[in-house]
Amino acid sequence: MSIQPILEVEDFSKTFILHEQDKELPSSHNVFLKAYPGRLTALTGPTGAGKSTVLKGIYRTYLPTSGRMLFTTENGQKVDLATANEHQILALRKEEIGFVTQFLHTLPRQSTEDVVAMPLIKKGESRTIAIEKAREILSQLNLPERLWAISPATFSGGEKQRVNLARGLLAQPRLLLLDEPTASLDPKTTDRVVDLIGNLKQTGTAMIAIFHDMDLVNRLADDVVELEPPVGTENFFNVHNHEVA
Amino acid sequence: MSNKKVLEVRNLSKVYGKGCPKCIESTGPERNTNICPHCGSVVAAHDISFDLYKGEILGIMGESGSGKSTSVKNLFFDEIPTSGQATFFDDGKQYDLFSLNAQQKRHLRNHRFGMVYQNPVLGLNFNVSAGGNIAERLLMSSLSHYGDIRARAIELLSRTEVLTERMDELPKNFSGGMQQRVQIAKALATNPPLLFLDEVTTGLDLSVQAAILDLIMEIQRESGTAMIVVTHDLGVIRLLADRTLVMKYGRIIETGLTDQILEDPQDAYTQRLVASAL
Repeated sequence: MSIQPILEVEDFSKTFILHEQDKELPSSHNVFLKAYPGRLTALTGPTGAGKSTVLKGIYRTYLPTSGRMLFTTENGQKVDLATANEHQILALRKEEIGFVTQFLHTLPRQSTEDVVAMPLIKKGESRTIAIEKAREILSQLNLPERLWAISPATFSGGEKQRVNLARGLLAQPRLLLLDEPTASLDPKTTDRVVDLIGNLKQTGTAMIAIFHDMDLVNRLADDVVELEPPVGTENFFNVHNHEVA
Repeated sequence: MSNKKVLEVRNLSKVYGKGCPKCIESTGPERNTNICPHCGSVVAAHDISFDLYKGEILGIMGESGSGKSTSVKNLFFDEIPTSGQATFFDDGKQYDLFSLNAQQKRHLRNHRFGMVYQNPVLGLNFNVSAGGNIAERLLMSSLSHYGDIRARAIELLSRTEVLTERMDELPKNFSGGMQQRVQIAKALATNPPLLFLDEVTTGLDLSVQAAILDLIMEIQRESGTAMIVVTHDLGVIRLLADRTLVMKYGRIIETGLTDQILEDPQDAYTQRLVASAL
């Protein structure tokens, strides 16, 4: 297959240094993965294998400890997300890389349809069209219409998750990171999400996803990368005490 | 956000007092002080460097006395820096801020910069009405017709949700939140491309804080104004800032994307600050 990856992660590792407790906490180690346009790469592995850490590292919410993350931009430039400057990352987040997390972080006092439409508006879409598209995807995800004008702050877990997905999918980024996007959804809505993710693949979006059950991996993944917990996670070791008694 | 640079600050330092050769090495986060033990001078800010782009909100975070306000006051010409450079890019022109003469500085302050202080007494003239405060700033720019000035003042005050029926009242009759709105209206009067916000929500009721923050975000979305937001409030940083500088004892100890600073802080001090806020 001659299709070029949009993202190549090489030997990514992340260790948190907790100064207050004087501890090092290894999270992800030696991760290699690739993401391709129109394909979904699933990250699997037990709890503590650092799956979410990899996604946050790619989005640069976490600073990688080592490794390279080569992203090919829309105009063919290769950018190492591990070392790109902050303005480059902000521009990529706005135009090319999206993230749907397990939790909804929104600005308070904003209506649901505004929350969903915002990434499109920021990209330069007119407000009227962005809101129209937001309503369309919200109804596809079975979010009752009476909720659209209210802030999602008071929504249930499943409702918030749908808002989050609607926003992430609507923006149609070139690379979409998904962290357990269906964890609190009912089977019917999950089926809708599977359809929508399938549609997004058709448009050429590359995806890296963590799913809470293997059934979804089987239904959606084109590639699977299995992660293992780092050695020694169980016993955190002291930074200043390399001698193990 | 376009990649047009609005402001470039390099190695800005401000020392209060006569200073001595040992000031710098004897102060800072490692020394746990900003007071020089040899000469008693206060190193309020040292080696401050950053870039600000069009439409961007940069947060400066730190405790009282960390030098965040000092940095901003130097850029707004409220203080004269001890050393360093700052370049302001505007309409194809660029200004070396610290080598301008008094008249040029006044021009930038009145036309191209806006400042909102924590204390409205600093930003407003309490001897003239709310509308008069805005008119003062407009008079210094191109508007000179009474009717035009009044119309623009009404426009600005309704934009910041100040009841325009009260525009002829003195600011002292207003609540704290309302004074802050008048200050913001005044700062915005000339559509400045660069706005400094120094602890603008500190000390206000939570609901008033929320309304002021909403207003700031709306302004940023609509006019793409570049802003520097100085605050000790992590909530304000999280809400407003794309990027954040963390300061302690006059130095920048950490910079990064705001979500990275809050979720994966690198410095021991930032880790403690973030942990204590949650």
